[in-house]
Amino acid sequence: MARMKFICDAERCIECNGCVTACKNEHEVPWGVNRRRVVTLNDGVPGEKSISVACMHCSDAPCMAVCPVNCFYKTDEGVVLHDKDICIGCGYCSYACPFGAPQFPSSGTFGLRGKMDKCTFCAGGPEEHGSQAEFEKYGRNRLAEGKLPACAEMCSTKALLAGDGDVVADILRGRVVQRGKGAEVWGWGTAYGNQAKGA
Amino acid sequence: MKAAIILSSLFLLAACGETRQDKAGVGSDKPAVTGTGVAVYTDPGWTAGDQASWANHLKARATYGQNDHARAPK
Repeated sequence: MARMKFICDAERCIECNGCVTACKNEHEVPWGVNRRRVVTLNDGVPGEKSISVACMHCSDAPCMAVCPVNCFYKTDEGVVLHDKDICIGCGYCSYACPFGAPQFPSSGTFGLRGKMDKCTFCAGGPEEHGSQAEFEKYGRNRLAEGKLPACAEMCSTKALLAGDGDVVADILRGRVVQRGKGAEVWGWGTAYGNQAKGA
Repeated sequence: MKAAIILSSLFLLAACGETRQDKAGVGSDKPAVTGTGVAVYTDPGWTAGDQASWANHLKARATYGQNDHARAPK
């Protein structure tokens, strides 16, 4: 198995926010925290494009690199997770992350910044899989249930893809071949090895 | 002299290395393949603890659930 990855097909995303809702519902994410959100480029202009963004579970994760208490870890599937018992809520990861993935819920009477919360690729945390403690801290562990992330599985247009990087890449490549456009974009050759259309 | 250059190069280049990003901070998380043990929420069709079975199950689920070109009639 390759690494677990997300990709959002901007040609398909209709900005319905179904992924955001699915995530919030599945993990009972607290008020004010959005592990996933939809970003629209050129909003209101004909041809606007939307993409769904959350933690991208980077191969060389900047959050892991800057964390002063080393609370992050990476699973065998390449999912970047963290331990809330170690996290001190300093926010360094939030400054380092290019996607704005780390979230900080308000806690206490004066709205103090709580411990960091982010997308777990529906893989829970270091607690016992499927336990109440894991659910309360990190949400449901769908990967250990043999399922894929709820956001991608709920996506009505199948714009948001999640799973084994090889499978996700195959699906996207197939769509590009079908559309007859998309292979000209910057990075296609790097990702798929050939600059030619449909390669 | 040669040894001094090699040693000083090694010392200087050591700063360019990157630390491995693995389970350095946390070691208690079990692999997802071990399952949750909660049968009611577990998707049937794979065996907990069997890496190949779990990986194939997720691959099939991703392909069937997300690749509509493969599902649509030709």
